[in-house]
Amino acid sequence: MWLLMTTLAAVITTAIWYAKAPEDKYKLGSLSLMLWGATLMWLVDHVMAYLAEGGDFLEINLDATLLGIAVIVFALLAWEIMLLVSDPKGVLRKVLRR
Amino acid sequence: MACFLVPAGEAIVTTVVQKIMEGKEKKAPGEKAGEEGLSWSRRLSWLNKLLWGGTILLVLEHVWHGEVVPWPPFLTAMENPANVAPMLHEMATIGVAMAVTVTIIWLMMVLIAESKAKATPEAEVKPISGGE
Repeated sequence: MWLLMTTLAAVITTAIWYAKAPEDKYKLGSLSLMLWGATLMWLVDHVMAYLAEGGDFLEINLDATLLGIAVIVFALLAWEIMLLVSDPKGVLRKVLRR
Repeated sequence: MACFLVPAGEAIVTTVVQKIMEGKEKKAPGEKAGEEGLSWSRRLSWLNKLLWGGTILLVLEHVWHGEVVPWPPFLTAMENPANVAPMLHEMATIGVAMAVTVTIIWLMMVLIAESKAKATPEAEVKPISGGE
C-alpha cells in the first residue's frame, strides 16, 4: 500500500512541478525526485519479493496504509526542512531581523 | 533487512563526486558539460536526490517494521549471527537491483534531457529549471 501511496504522491508532485516549471522556487523538483527514488526502490523490492515468494503484490491493510501516510509526511517534512534551510523567499531572514 | 545500505553507499559516492565536479566547474566555468547545456554537477544532483530520497524513506520503512533500531548494532539482523548471511544476500540481490534500477532510470533521464536541450534553440532556454 505504501508503494501505491508514494507513487501517487510522486505523480501529483511531478504534475505540480511541471505546471510551475521552469520556475522551481519551492524545490518541488527535489521533492518529486525524492519520492520517485523511493517509488523505484520499493517497486524493485515488491517485484523481487513477488517473484521469489509469490503471494499478494501489494499489502493492503491498516498498517500498510498508516506506513504510506507516515512516508508521505516524512517526505514532506524533509522537503520543508530543505525549504527552511535554503529559505528561497528570505522569510526567515526577514523574521529574524525584526 | 538492510537493502537500503547499497543505494545509500552509492549516494555517498555520487555526492562526493558531485561536490568535486562543482568545484571543478566553478574553477573552469566554460568546461561544463562539453558543448551542450547540462553540467555534470547538475546531472549528478538528480541522481543524488533519487538515491537519498529513496534511502531516507526506506530507512523509515525499516524502522516501522522493526528492522532498524536507534541503538547498536542498529540493524536487528545483526543481533543474531544466523541472520547475517540472509541480510548480506538481500543486500547483494535486492539492494544492488535497487541501486542499478535507479541509476538506469537516471541515465535515461539524462539522455532525454540532453536530447531535449540539443533540440531547443539556445534563445529559448531559460536559466531556471526544475529538479535542482
